Amino acid sequence: MATIGMERINKVYMNGFHAVHDLSLTVDEGEFMVLVGPSGCGKTTVLRMIAGLEDISSGELRFGEKLVNNLEPKERDIAMVFQNYALYPHMTVAQNIAFSLKLRKMPKGEIRQKVEEAANILGLTEWLDRKPKELSGGQRQRVAMGRALVREPSVFLMDEPLSNLDAKLRVKMRTEVRRIQERLGVATVYVTHDQTEAMTMGDRVAVLKDGALLQVDTPQALYDRPVNQFVGAFIGSPAMNLYQAEMANRGRSLKLGSQVLTLPDTILVARPALSTYSGKQLTVGIRPEDLSARPHLSTSGNTLRCEITLVEALGSELMVHFTIDANLIQVEQVNSQEQDILSDKNEGVARLDPSVPVKAGDKLTLEVKLERLHFFDPTGNAIYD
Amino acid sequence: MSYRTRTSWHKWINPLNLAVLAVVLFIVLPIYWLVISSFKTPVNVGSFPPQYFPNPVSFANYGSAFSHYGFGKYFVNSLTVTVLSTGLVLVIGSLAGYALARLPMRGKAPLLVTLLVISVFPEIAVVSPLYLLMNQIGWLNTYQALIVPYTAFNLPFAIWIMRNYFLGIPKEMEETSRIDGASAIRTYWSIILPQARPGIFTAGVFVFTACWTEFLMALTLDNSNGFRTIPVGIALFGSPNVVPYGTIFAASVIAVIPVGTLVFVFRKFVVSGLTAGAVKG
Repeated sequence: MATIGMERINKVYMNGFHAVHDLSLTVDEGEFMVLVGPSGCGKTTVLRMIAGLEDISSGELRFGEKLVNNLEPKERDIAMVFQNYALYPHMTVAQNIAFSLKLRKMPKGEIRQKVEEAANILGLTEWLDRKPKELSGGQRQRVAMGRALVREPSVFLMDEPLSNLDAKLRVKMRTEVRRIQERLGVATVYVTHDQTEAMTMGDRVAVLKDGALLQVDTPQALYDRPVNQFVGAFIGSPAMNLYQAEMANRGRSLKLGSQVLTLPDTILVARPALSTYSGKQLTVGIRPEDLSARPHLSTSGNTLRCEITLVEALGSELMVHFTIDANLIQVEQVNSQEQDILSDKNEGVARLDPSVPVKAGDKLTLEVKLERLHFFDPTGNAIYD
Repeated sequence: MSYRTRTSWHKWINPLNLAVLAVVLFIVLPIYWLVISSFKTPVNVGSFPPQYFPNPVSFANYGSAFSHYGFGKYFVNSLTVTVLSTGLVLVIGSLAGYALARLPMRGKAPLLVTLLVISVFPEIAVVSPLYLLMNQIGWLNTYQALIVPYTAFNLPFAIWIMRNYFLGIPKEMEETSRIDGASAIRTYWSIILPQARPGIFTAGVFVFTACWTEFLMALTLDNSNGFRTIPVGIALFGSPNVVPYGTIFAASVIAVIPVGTLVFVFRKFVVSGLTAGAVKG
């Protein structure tokens, strides 16, 4: 067992592409660290460098106290689960799980015992003599986990292990993977592009973009206090609504298009810097869940009038798409992935109670939880002081 | 409108089926003629009207191929040369193919193109210099006089086939194996080779067939009676005045058996080996 310490790690490919910039990150013993970010952000490269499958261009990688930069993968005592599982197709499930133990020259009896134990935990006992191609996606996934389990590695790495499963199974396997990781009790790095997976699984989540680490924190802290516009928009589903707004009246009112929100003093006390933006443009972030419907069309300092363009009824809640006359800000690499093609680029989303009788085309007054607003300066950084 | 559930014979007749039938007849008829003629008596081989079935059935041609013309010796020679050449090609070619598929290497593309060019090089262009070379080093009329050139000439094609097959094996296989603690050689032997079997069998079948039927080099380099291979042996059956057609047919039938068996046994692999890379899965 060991911690994983990354100190100013860089990866520059032979063609000059700088994939990872100065990454510093520590994963504690037993911690489940999720690396999340849009595709091409360098998260898999980081994982492969930890595994030893990719050279580290500069920086230090330590397992515990030991510098492992130049160790071969097999000398690092890691287990890794790949997106496509990489099960050996010509071996049975039992042989797949046993392969690494066999290479360690472990006695046969002990190997069998370990394989059976792992199969028991994973519910694979009756499939031990099958070949991978006879198994379902979920079972293959579990064989891949089993290979890691028997090795009792000091570091456990996973590269999008659930993305080849269908939606329902993926949700179920999230808890299974977590359970197995807790059983192993080792430092774990898990790569995904799915923020829901990151939020539900990680002890801590590291958000990467363009090869740089933007923020690393617990899921709740990421959600509550994103360091910038990108993290704010990337974490949370549906994504945060970001509007271009203008601060007025020494930070007491916020103009969104033709509408004005009156900010209570508490916000200005918590974030005195906001007053310096008076008369300037900034970005305001409103999470869909921080909006609620007002029964009447009355307006006040904490409401926005909008027109509904689409209603998605999910049973437990309504996703209401709406437009207001303020400019919606698109965050590169977030909205391109999450938003469907046909939706209006200027649509916001509110997560409303299903008892609200709304339909497309209606006018609606939305109440904004002002104390939950997020503010970002024109460069995209969050304003907290 | 009613649907016919029974397939009647005139439904079977359509342009596509007829075309297939024509092709099959075109290929099968000569083979049929070869086989039945090998069982005819010398008189009946050339009789008119031709016999469509041998009557009487005679095994004399087979007997004479072995007893009079030393066909047994040629068969052993062919087998020795072919098996050894094929083995060498597969060992060297699979390693080279793997390297070309996976290792980061400078000048990989030009190398592959060169291999392709070599593999379509006409044999006749190199036979004369090769003869002089073999003569110099005293290899004429030895097994290695054929084994070495056969290996060299069949390698490019085999490397291409096997490389394509290796390319279809996900990289994660090697990576997982490396993480599991296997050395490069162990990974190649235990993980990659078993998965590449169809590609290797395919290359093997093609190389075996090519060596087995090769004529020009065999005639030039190994023309003494002790080292003659089947194609040359059969060609030289008889004397200037007598062409023993029946015996030639019989020897040909025996010569076809190893290749036919090989293709039949590995037919599934041969098809999958040739289409490797077309569909991932």
